[in-house]
Amino acid sequence: MTTIETHAGEGRRKASALAGGLSSAVLARAAKDSFVKLDPRKLTGNPVIFATWLVALLSTVSAVAALAAHQPASFAIQVSAWLWATVLFANLAESVAEGRGKAAADSLRATRVTTNAKLIVDEKTGTIIPTPAHKLAPGEVILVEAGDVIPTDGEIIEGMASVNEAAITGESAPVIRESGGDRSAVTGGTTVVSDWIKVRVTAQPGSTFLDRMIAMVEGADRRKTPNEIALAVLLAGLTLIFLIAVVTLLGLGKFSGVTLDPIVLGALFITLIPTTIGGLLSAVGIAGMDRLLKVNVLATSGRAVEAAGDVDTLLLDKTGTITFGNRMATEVIPAPGVRPEAALRAAISASLADETPEGRSIIELGRNQGIVLDIPAGATAIAFSASTRQSGLDADGQSWRKGAVDAVYRSLALDPKQVPAEVSGAVDRIARSGGTPLAVSENGVLVGVIHLKDVVKPGVKERFADLRRMGLRTVMITGDNPVTAAAIASEAGVDDFLAEATPEDKLRLIREEQGKGRLVAMCGDGANDAPALAQADVGVAMQTGAQAAREAGNMVDLDSDPTKVIEIVAVGKQMLITRGALTTFSIANDVAKYFAIIPAMFVASLPALGALNIMRLHSPQSAILSAVIFNALVIVALIPLALKGVKYRAIGAGKLLSRNLLVYGVGGLVAPFIGIKLIDLVVAGLGLA
Amino acid sequence: MNWQGWAEIALTLGLAVAIGWPLGVFMSRVWNGERTWLDPVLRPFEAFFYTACGVDPKKSQSWHSYAGALLAFNLVGFLVVYGVLRLQGVLPMNPQGFPGLSGHLAFNTAISFVTNTNWQSYAGESTMSTLSQMLVLTTQNFVSAATGATIAAALARAFVANRGEGVGNFWADLIRTTLYVLLPAAFVLAIVLVALGLPQTLSAGVTAHTLEGADQKISLYAVASQEAIKQLGINGGGIFNANSAHPFENPTPLTNLITAVSINVLGWAAFFAFGRSVLAKKDVRALVIAASILLFAAGAGIYATETQPAPAQVAAGVDASVNMEGKETRFGAPATAAWAAMTTGASNGSVNGMHSSLMPLGGGIAMFLMHLGEILPGGIGSGIAIMVVMAVLAVFVAGLMVGRTPEYLGKKIEAREVQLSILAVLAIPVCVLGFSGVAAVLPEALKGLMHNGPHGLSEILYAYTSGTANNGSAFAGLTANAPWWDVTLAIAMAVGRFAPIVAVLAIAGSLVAKPKLAPSAGTLPTHGGLFVGLLIGVILILGGLQFFPALALGPIVEHFQVLAAVAGH
Repeated sequence: MTTIETHAGEGRRKASALAGGLSSAVLARAAKDSFVKLDPRKLTGNPVIFATWLVALLSTVSAVAALAAHQPASFAIQVSAWLWATVLFANLAESVAEGRGKAAADSLRATRVTTNAKLIVDEKTGTIIPTPAHKLAPGEVILVEAGDVIPTDGEIIEGMASVNEAAITGESAPVIRESGGDRSAVTGGTTVVSDWIKVRVTAQPGSTFLDRMIAMVEGADRRKTPNEIALAVLLAGLTLIFLIAVVTLLGLGKFSGVTLDPIVLGALFITLIPTTIGGLLSAVGIAGMDRLLKVNVLATSGRAVEAAGDVDTLLLDKTGTITFGNRMATEVIPAPGVRPEAALRAAISASLADETPEGRSIIELGRNQGIVLDIPAGATAIAFSASTRQSGLDADGQSWRKGAVDAVYRSLALDPKQVPAEVSGAVDRIARSGGTPLAVSENGVLVGVIHLKDVVKPGVKERFADLRRMGLRTVMITGDNPVTAAAIASEAGVDDFLAEATPEDKLRLIREEQGKGRLVAMCGDGANDAPALAQADVGVAMQTGAQAAREAGNMVDLDSDPTKVIEIVAVGKQMLITRGALTTFSIANDVAKYFAIIPAMFVASLPALGALNIMRLHSPQSAILSAVIFNALVIVALIPLALKGVKYRAIGAGKLLSRNLLVYGVGGLVAPFIGIKLIDLVVAGLGLA
Repeated sequence: MNWQGWAEIALTLGLAVAIGWPLGVFMSRVWNGERTWLDPVLRPFEAFFYTACGVDPKKSQSWHSYAGALLAFNLVGFLVVYGVLRLQGVLPMNPQGFPGLSGHLAFNTAISFVTNTNWQSYAGESTMSTLSQMLVLTTQNFVSAATGATIAAALARAFVANRGEGVGNFWADLIRTTLYVLLPAAFVLAIVLVALGLPQTLSAGVTAHTLEGADQKISLYAVASQEAIKQLGINGGGIFNANSAHPFENPTPLTNLITAVSINVLGWAAFFAFGRSVLAKKDVRALVIAASILLFAAGAGIYATETQPAPAQVAAGVDASVNMEGKETRFGAPATAAWAAMTTGASNGSVNGMHSSLMPLGGGIAMFLMHLGEILPGGIGSGIAIMVVMAVLAVFVAGLMVGRTPEYLGKKIEAREVQLSILAVLAIPVCVLGFSGVAAVLPEALKGLMHNGPHGLSEILYAYTSGTANNGSAFAGLTANAPWWDVTLAIAMAVGRFAPIVAVLAIAGSLVAKPKLAPSAGTLPTHGGLFVGLLIGVILILGGLQFFPALALGPIVEHFQVLAAVAGH
């Protein structure tokens, strides 16, 4: 990417500010927001934190009552304060997660058009009425000229222009947009740099791509994803179970001759309910969307991000994703009696005037082997034509040609049967492996065969191996014939391929996979990809692609990089892992809290239960206070993890589970024993309880 | 403690699993409507029942309709039992001339037998006529067990379906399970028990002249046949008050081994049957292993506590190497420990020793096994169904850590399944802790207690635990035949039985419509050692977190008090 500072480049800068750490401004705003969120109406969606809020309130009332009655209230005040802190910390987590999105949304908003659009009211005369962008209705036609910002989303019906789309994509090099084909869509907020276009409006006012993008980034219409809802149900269920366990202690305790302080019961309740995951749950979801944004992918819903984690089958277009998309020369096989270097020199000479990617790749092959030739002065370039099917160079009475094997044989008047076995064998081998053989002649003599092949991008094979370990099956989609497709598929290490694929084949393949109970992800950019994009569980449309494709998919890749789908899957998995890790950690924590609070509650009346105080905490009050403090602080401690996400490793489900169970399950059992003990030492040392 | 004791416990538990396996294959064939070797004999009876009831066994029901049929069948069963028990005095086959039962006792007993609990607020030999015992209660011993099995059959169909609709036919499941599994198994076991000396007679009993010269009336019944279904149907309600500690029910170590094994055998069979029907043998094997480990640990734990002398007894010079209070000398500590674990691990509730006399932690372990929801292996079908619910929760909590939304046996676990799973496991804490919390401060309830302090609290907790978990064993000491106990325990039994059943069937209804997903390398493996460990952890932590405070005030504090107490204090 170039670093030209344009107006649009600024959007990119802000986007990358988002990708960076937390600015102090974001933190300050989040801190403020976490107090605003103390409003109980904002907490109703989160039963765990709402329960904490309620207990904090009751505990505060009881502390104030104790103060008013001149009874010792220091313990009650401290417990109340830490309960409020628990709610605040949970709010802070959410605010911090939201803060980054809000900052990004502000910068996007700045790119909205405020100037008038040029509405064409009469096609024939071209009469133009200046109209505010938000009054443009779908179907109306507008004129956009060089220097204008395109006011809304639309389809070019006439003309061609270079458009700077940096406001959306962050990429400041202009792209060509023209009527007809897959490059006809334009996006509101982008700028026409040269020429003019007539655009038919396709978006309703207020629901342009930019509007949706702002809403998405800001999280304004963020809905809970299915898995998040299920988790919230589980957390509410656990809260209910612990409510029963704590409330019934009143009766059971009375029978046992134990007097229970309501503040202590409240503290037990709050430390048992899953406040950690309850407080961090929404932050995890927001951060997941945010991580996608960092890789420049816009998801239309959190549901799509979640589905990305579940994908079983990945459909990848061969060209541009798996291979470079151009056939490249990989070797030159000399004819019998020709030195290899001579054959290579002949091939290079034949390609000196050839500007096609294949031709340049032959020059490149020579350079890699230390052979660099210049075009001789006075040379004549022989261009490729459909009738000769060969090209080359004439200079100084010498001539070099390269071309389709049969065409070169014909021009050399060679009977294919007389061709040396070494040459015909090489030609066969190349064709069988899916490559393209080119014959090379020098001064009317066959000197060798060039092996052109579709070169698989470096690192692709390793990535697919990773995907396989993640449980993903990769299917390569290509228009090539089955032989070529099979050769590339085996070289790239994909699990399967679909050769000579039409858009209908793609759609059928997706349905087949889904019928077998698999979730499918694919990316696409053409209008004819739209049905398949819509059918796939995760459809990633390229920002440069057709409008229809962008609307059919549930994600848009602003970089238009087809390999991005792999990162999307990883982000989805990471979000789910983070959620599971925090839930496991939160529930495992409860064991230690019991060992802190249960003996503390009962030891005065039933001294035998002092044996359960295995942490040897200082006093009953310090034990309870330490558990409450640990419970509050652990939320703050885990905010960075919730935002950054648990690292995903492509090591297979079994290994991943045992690793994460060890860290977050066993860790969750052990950590609070240590944490509560340390806090107790501090609490006792400061004489707080 | 000695190695023979450990071996005896392992053998008893292991035999049940080993015999349960082939029986499970057979049970699965019965559920699936496949041919069995009993077809030539039983097919005509089966067909007769369908014709008589107007049932089309091939018509698969939606979960609503399935659950509706189940509830209606059980309601009618309840009314019949209630009516007969009330009218026992005027009905025939009453050689001892027992009067009808009181309203609250009949209510409690009817619910108790319909829910497969067999909690007995009465002493059988001095309350029940032969008609009541043999016809009404025994009928329920069969059909309440079959009712439990139906939910596992329905759940299995839900897991195996790919975007399906019905979960099967309740009437067919009920009739086939009773006819092909319970009746033949009980028949064989009854013959074996008769051969080993259990009484089997319709006579009223014999009168014995005791050494003191007094006359003692000894009731006899058709004990062997009752004993067979009492154990196999995981019912547990004995003819005699002393249950399987009574020499007529359980005369020798051999009958003890056979009847102990038969407590768990069909529970395990239902595990294996579920695995075969869902085509997930490996995954269900993991459930069997997890449950076996927990059950063996519990049996071993009870054995350990029973052979751990109390310091006070040691100080007093008493031989306390084995706590023999409440145990039969012909069985000893290992057999009693194994039985205590097996009967509370299943929802059986028969006893061969008095649980109230177990050491505090031993009694606590027995109670905790019931708190877990009767999944080790629990009732026939109901055990595997709740075990699957636990697996679903385990997969949901920790399964996310592999980076996929949770799925179990090829079905996505979403909000509805989680909600229903919570509902299925909620009955136990709500009823156990809720009723106990109230009973603990209610003078009306406290009249029935024998002890104060922690042991008294254990009596209360045990009663509601046993009722809600549909176990039916008692912590002797509580006199439960009083309106408060009869009614609240009946409510606990009904909620503890039908709330999870409806929840499980609703889960089946939700799962059956979902697509069956293919496993991949990224799918959480639910068959290996790792999953077994995870499942055990989730079961222990979930159960422990709910009941730790209550247990701390009962068995746990009593344990520490026993440790602290020294003779003379």
